[in-house]
Amino acid sequence: MRISRKHVVFIILFLIGLTGPLFQSIVYPVFLMKIWCYALFACAFNLLLGYAGLLSFGHAAFLGSAAYFAGNLMMDYGSTWMTPEVAVIIATLWAALLGLVFGWLAIRRHGIYFAMVTLALAQFIYFLALQMPQFTHGEDGLQGVPRGMFLGLFNLAPDSHMYYFVYGVFVIGFWLTYRTIHSPFGQVLRAIRENEPRAVSLGYHVNRYKLLVFVISAALSGMAGATKTLVFQLASLSDVHWHASGEVVLMTLLGGMGTVWGPVVGAAFVVSLQNYLGVVGSWVTVVTGVIFVLCVLVFRRGIVGEIIEVTRRVRKGRQGADAGATPARSSSSP
Amino acid sequence: MAVFQWLGISPFGLMAQLLLGLINGSFYAILSLGLAIIFGLLNVINFTHGTLYMMGAYIAWVLLTHFGVNYWWALLLCPLIVGIIGMLIERFLLRRLYQLDHIYGLLLTFGLALVIEGLFINWFGVSGDNYDVPSQLSGGARLSFMYLPYYRIWVIAISLLVCFATWYVIERTRLGSYLRAATENPRLVQAFGINVPLMLTLTFGYGVALAALAGVLAAPVQAITPVMGANTIIVVFAVVVIGGMGSIMGAIVSGIVLGIIEGLTKVFYPVGSAVVIFVIMAIVLLLRPGGLFGRER
Repeated sequence: MRISRKHVVFIILFLIGLTGPLFQSIVYPVFLMKIWCYALFACAFNLLLGYAGLLSFGHAAFLGSAAYFAGNLMMDYGSTWMTPEVAVIIATLWAALLGLVFGWLAIRRHGIYFAMVTLALAQFIYFLALQMPQFTHGEDGLQGVPRGMFLGLFNLAPDSHMYYFVYGVFVIGFWLTYRTIHSPFGQVLRAIRENEPRAVSLGYHVNRYKLLVFVISAALSGMAGATKTLVFQLASLSDVHWHASGEVVLMTLLGGMGTVWGPVVGAAFVVSLQNYLGVVGSWVTVVTGVIFVLCVLVFRRGIVGEIIEVTRRVRKGRQGADAGATPARSSSSP
Repeated sequence: MAVFQWLGISPFGLMAQLLLGLINGSFYAILSLGLAIIFGLLNVINFTHGTLYMMGAYIAWVLLTHFGVNYWWALLLCPLIVGIIGMLIERFLLRRLYQLDHIYGLLLTFGLALVIEGLFINWFGVSGDNYDVPSQLSGGARLSFMYLPYYRIWVIAISLLVCFATWYVIERTRLGSYLRAATENPRLVQAFGINVPLMLTLTFGYGVALAALAGVLAAPVQAITPVMGANTIIVVFAVVVIGGMGSIMGAIVSGIVLGIIEGLTKVFYPVGSAVVIFVIMAIVLLLRPGGLFGRER
C-alpha cells in the first residue's frame, strides 16, 4: 500500500490522541474520554444522516440502552468473570439487534416521517427504562459501575489506563465508519441520499442498504454508550432521553454533516460547551437551542464543511479559475 | 354489572378512565390537527408545537396569578399571543428554509423548542404549577354510574367544536379552497393573485394558536410544567404517523380514538398505558406503512 499524504495526517492525529493523559494538569482525562465517546456516537449518527440522508431522532435509544446493558453486566458479573471489552461487545450486539428492529420499522417511511417514527420508538424505550427499575434503577440510574480488568489483565480503574481503552474503542469505531464511507457500499448510500428513485431503478435493493447502515449506526452508537458507562461508572435515564438524540444531531450538524471529521469536531465543541457552561446550569439547554437555530439558519455546512469549502475556493482562486457556482451540499470528504 | 365483576374492574374506574382518555384524545386531536394543517401547507413538521402548547398553559397561569385575568379571557388571549409569536417565527425564521430539504424545518423548530423549554425551566422551575378550574365550571353531575365533572365535559365539547369548525372551514368554504389549492400548487395559486406568503404565515399562526388553546384547556386538568409539551408532542407525532397527515378528518379521528385507547389501557393493563400508542404505531407501520388515512408525500 502506498503511503499518501492522507495516511501521514491520520497517523499524526492518531499519535496526538495517544498523548492525551500527558495533559492531565490542563484537561481532565474524563473530559477527554467523554469527547471520544460522543465523537464515536456522532460519527455513527453521521453515517446515517450525512451519507444515507436518514435523519434519526431516536439514537438515544441505542446509546442509552447499551449503556444500561453494559452497566448491568459489569455490576452483576464484573467481580467474577465479566471483562469490560466483553461487556462493550455484548452491549454493541444488543444495540445492533435493537437497530435491526427499529430500522426494519422506520425505513417503511421517508423523510420527516422517518424522523418522527424513530423519535417515537426511542420514547418507547425511554418509558420502558422508567418502568423497569430493577434493570435501570429508575431516577438514580446505575451508579458505581466497576470498570473491571481489560482482558482480565489490566486494571482500568486509573483514568490514564481507562483513557487508552476509550481511545482504542473510538479509533476502532472511527475506522469502521471511515471504511464504510469509502467502500462501494458507502457509494450506494450516497446514491440513495442524492436520488432514491434512481438508485431503485438502477437495481439496488435500497431498503436493504438503508437497513444495514441503520444497524451499523445503531451498533456503533451502542458501543459509544457502553464505553461511556465505563468512563463515568454511571448509566442514567438522561442517556435514553430525547435530549440525547437531539444532542447528537447538533454535534453532527455543527461539525459538518457528511464530512469524515465533522462529527468529531462537533462532539468536541458541544461537550466542551456543556462542560464550561456547567456554571450557568439550566441555561445550557437555551444555549444549545440557540446554536441549533443558528446552525440551521446560517451555518448549514458546519465547521468542517465550511473549512472544506474555503480550502476549495482558495485552491480554485489560485488556479485562476472562476469561483462560480457552489453546490448546495458538500459531499466531498477530506 | 356482572361483566365488570368478571373483569375485575369497577365500572366507576372504567368510566373515569374513558372520560380521561377522551380528554387526552381531544388534546391529541387539536394538536395533530394543527400539525397537519401546518405540514400540509408549509411542509414543516413543527417541533415547537408541544412547547407552544406548554406556553399556552403558562400564559394562562401567569395571566391569572399575576394580572388577575380570568380563564375566559385567557381562552381568548393565549391563542392570540402564541399565534403572534408563531407568525413571527414563520416570518423571520422558517421562511428562510422553504427552498431546502424539509428536515431543516424540523431541525430549526427542534432548536427553538429547546430554547423555549430551557427559558421556561429557568423562569418557572420544573416542579409545576396548578391552575384552578373556573368557578362557573367547577363541580359536576353525580350520575348513577359515574361522577361527571362539568369542566371535563366542557373541554371535550369545545375541542370537538374547534376541530370540526376547522375541518368545515378547510373543506367547505372558499377560504379553505384557496388553502387546499395552495397545498397542491402554491405557485399557480400565487399566479391567480392570492397572497400565498401571507397565507403561510396565517396558517402557521392558526396552527400554533390551536396548540395554545389546547394548553389553556389542559391547564386546569394537568399539572403545568415546562416539560409537559415535549412529552405530549412525541406522543402526538406517533398519532400523526398512525393517522397519516393526508386528511384533516384523519388527524382528528385518530387523535380522539388513540386517546380513548390509551385511557382504556390504563384500566386493563396500567403499565402499558405509557407505551400503547407507540406499540400501535409499530403495528400500523407493519400493516399499513402509509398510515391509516395516509397519503404520503
